[in-house]
Amino acid sequence: MNLGKQFKEGLITNNPVLVQVLGLCSTMAIASSFVSGPGMGVAVIVILTLSNIIISAIRKIVPDKIRIAMFIVVIAGFVTCVDLLIQAFVPDLAASLGVFIPLIVVNCIILGRAESFSYKNGVVASFWDGIFQGIGYTAVLVVMCVIREFLGAGTFGGAILNGGDGIRILPEQFPMGMLTLPVGGFLVLACLIAAMQWALSRPKNKEESK
Amino acid sequence: MDQIFELLSITLGAILANNFIFSQFLGCCPFLGVSKKVDTAVGMGIAVTFVMGLASAVCSVVDEFVLGRFGLDYMQTVAFILVIAALVQFIEMFLQKSMPSLYTALGIYLPLITTNCAVLGVVLLNVQNNYNFIESVVYGVTGGLGFLLAIVLFASIRERLVFADYPKAFEGFPIALVTAGLMALAFMGFSGLKVW
Repeated sequence: MNLGKQFKEGLITNNPVLVQVLGLCSTMAIASSFVSGPGMGVAVIVILTLSNIIISAIRKIVPDKIRIAMFIVVIAGFVTCVDLLIQAFVPDLAASLGVFIPLIVVNCIILGRAESFSYKNGVVASFWDGIFQGIGYTAVLVVMCVIREFLGAGTFGGAILNGGDGIRILPEQFPMGMLTLPVGGFLVLACLIAAMQWALSRPKNKEESK
Repeated sequence: MDQIFELLSITLGAILANNFIFSQFLGCCPFLGVSKKVDTAVGMGIAVTFVMGLASAVCSVVDEFVLGRFGLDYMQTVAFILVIAALVQFIEMFLQKSMPSLYTALGIYLPLITTNCAVLGVVLLNVQNNYNFIESVVYGVTGGLGFLLAIVLFASIRERLVFADYPKAFEGFPIALVTAGLMALAFMGFSGLKVW
């Protein structure tokens, strides 16, 4: 299996959020501060990889008709494990993500990859697919967090760096607080997807103009 | 009397102030996917409202009498998603037999409700907020009505987007997201709303 190609697909050309437009709910809701984005991203990488492995391992014995139900049970099992682990070891993260950890069960990315990739491919390929697609999702979350925090609060790395306040980049009177609210989630994601569409259509346009 | 005020405040909160889509980001996938036409948006909204109400009722009972009684609270996510999946399957079979016209109108959207995060979300929020049976059902139904309101408004705006003039890179999802963002801004106006 071509690892480089899979990596490029997960991160750029077939990015789960920006190109496949899956898992928008969690992307917009979570990505408002610097901790919750990567935290959620790691949770999704772990769950996606594990469920991809299991689903591709059992794909030959699962009847076609009940496959969606099987996928959901497998995913729900892993989500419960991760949820309990996060609550036990990183209670702060559990508090800031709240209801969105159990909601990973219905995150379209995981079900979508199960249906479109791991149900058709071998265990090893599914493992790498889980990791790369998860990294693609995390990358988008981190970019959104950084943009929203920079424009909305004028800081970088709030809640971790500089004793929890973050490093101030913009003076306090400039930031648009609106961007840390739900509105910002919609607008920033719209701009990111638009940028992606522009970037992906550029080589095509060049060929056409020639 | 207090009970009625409590229910009224849940209702207003779920429909306007804490609208599931615009302030909690639950159910965005169907919201963006099924909002190209007003008719299908209405059908989807009604189906989601129905499933959310029913799922809240059933899961509230399951949580109280099965999970809570036997100390199986950690199984909540698994139990709830199975209940929702079974419910959606039953509704699908029921509609197919008794109301074929509605069944064909909803088509592919019906099974997709299983993976709608608004449905699982409302059930989990019911448990988190310690709502009793009646409060859960009210929260489920009104949350669904909030979804219906949002998706119908959004679909009617989106039908007009065809005539709008925007940069080519924004075609499809991005312009829809910008529209949704502006609507979320409008819904923020309700955020101070409270019932005393």
